[in-house]
Amino acid sequence: MSIRHGLLALLERGPRYGSQLRTEFESRTGSTWPLNVGQVYTTLARLERDGLVSPDGTDEAGHTLYAITEDGRTELRAWYERPVERTNPPRDELAIKLAMAIGAPGVDIRAVIQAQRAATIRAMQDYTRLKAQALTAIESGQARERDDVAWLLVLEQLIFQTEAEARWLDHSESRLVRLSVLAERGAPTAPPQAAPTAAPTTAPARPAAAPRAARSRRG
Amino acid sequence: MHHPHQAQVFDPPAAPVLELQQLSRVHGSGATEVHALRGIDLAVHPGELVAVMGPSGSGKSTLLTLAGGLDTPTGGRVLVEGTDITTASRKQLAALRRRSIGYVFQDYNLIPALTAAENVALPLELDGTSARKARVQALAALEEMNLPQLADRFPDEMSGGQQQRVAIARALVGNRRLVLADEPTGALDSETGESVLGLLRARCDAGAAGILVTHEPRFAAWADRVVFLRDGRVVDETLRTEPDSLLSGRAGGR
Repeated sequence: MSIRHGLLALLERGPRYGSQLRTEFESRTGSTWPLNVGQVYTTLARLERDGLVSPDGTDEAGHTLYAITEDGRTELRAWYERPVERTNPPRDELAIKLAMAIGAPGVDIRAVIQAQRAATIRAMQDYTRLKAQALTAIESGQARERDDVAWLLVLEQLIFQTEAEARWLDHSESRLVRLSVLAERGAPTAPPQAAPTAAPTTAPARPAAAPRAARSRRG
Repeated sequence: MHHPHQAQVFDPPAAPVLELQQLSRVHGSGATEVHALRGIDLAVHPGELVAVMGPSGSGKSTLLTLAGGLDTPTGGRVLVEGTDITTASRKQLAALRRRSIGYVFQDYNLIPALTAAENVALPLELDGTSARKARVQALAALEEMNLPQLADRFPDEMSGGQQQRVAIARALVGNRRLVLADEPTGALDSETGESVLGLLRARCDAGAAGILVTHEPRFAAWADRVVFLRDGRVVDETLRTEPDSLLSGRAGGR
């Protein structure tokens, strides 16, 4: 679980208090995954229960400090060494939407794809602009260089993810165009009334439906 | 942090460097007629990089060759810095192509018998600049691309990435106001492709107007606007937004 291990990783650099952990987590990841202080304290409580961190006195301002334990270091090491699990693909609203849009009445799937493509590319433009800023910050060699490099990696991950989405949209569109071309070629004898928009009660629609079903079984 | 090209959006727009008005291009006639472009309107302002995306055959490259005066439209107008290049004389058009427009193609198009510096100096010399002055400017352009060490090398002595950066130096030499790039990252690895995009971006931030035809979303994302073509028409485009709208916090504070 990423927040748990993220906090352990920060505590490995020395004892810290809750809101300090939150600030450092966010500056590493550019606030891409905002944390609230409540989440930080809940997570610290669980880490303490599991013996991975322990309270470590207070600082001058009276903040309760936490320190990583030996078990915590072992767990952190194991986290770095173990690939991220992929047993369940995360639910993807876009994939679900396209899956539902296939054959949905009154839905122009190419329009759905294009609206998403524009939004996806726009997100990439934003990430790319932020990336240019991060690169400038790194080149200027300011004090927060390590945070800037971390932020750059996170941004580039977002760019690659959106790029994958844009490519998949392009692919889906050309795939659908190709398949619809094939479907049209495959039914040359169908009378014009057999088109999907024809009234369902007309007799000629039925013979056209049969070969279509047969084709899909063969495919 | 203030990004140089952000200012462009909020200032009253300067006159466009390039304006396409109802631009159309039909190939063939009658039964074999092919409409490559159908009434495109597009304006590109100083400081602006516009990416054009779309499936193959959508008209991307046609748009670029018409914008650069390398082909003649069958309808509409192309204005470069206010001059209608579709009605300009051959001589005017040639001068405009040498002075105001820089082209970057996928296959670099460097002349194999000339060194990098000679390739870059060529458009200036063709335009009547003395060989000595042209060389000085060419070396400055190579310097800008971080390639001064390549000045006396021939194209076959350079990597693909180096050749493309020399081609960009040639496209930008003499302070061209309009840069047209057709898949400039085509055969390059992704790091080199990115550095090529960075150069185009920097030149546009410095005041040029650019059009980038690409099928790579990651490179199109360097543009201020992305125009989507399908079947010779603009079907959609992205507008500029502020980064803060997407990621809160850090982006705005720096």
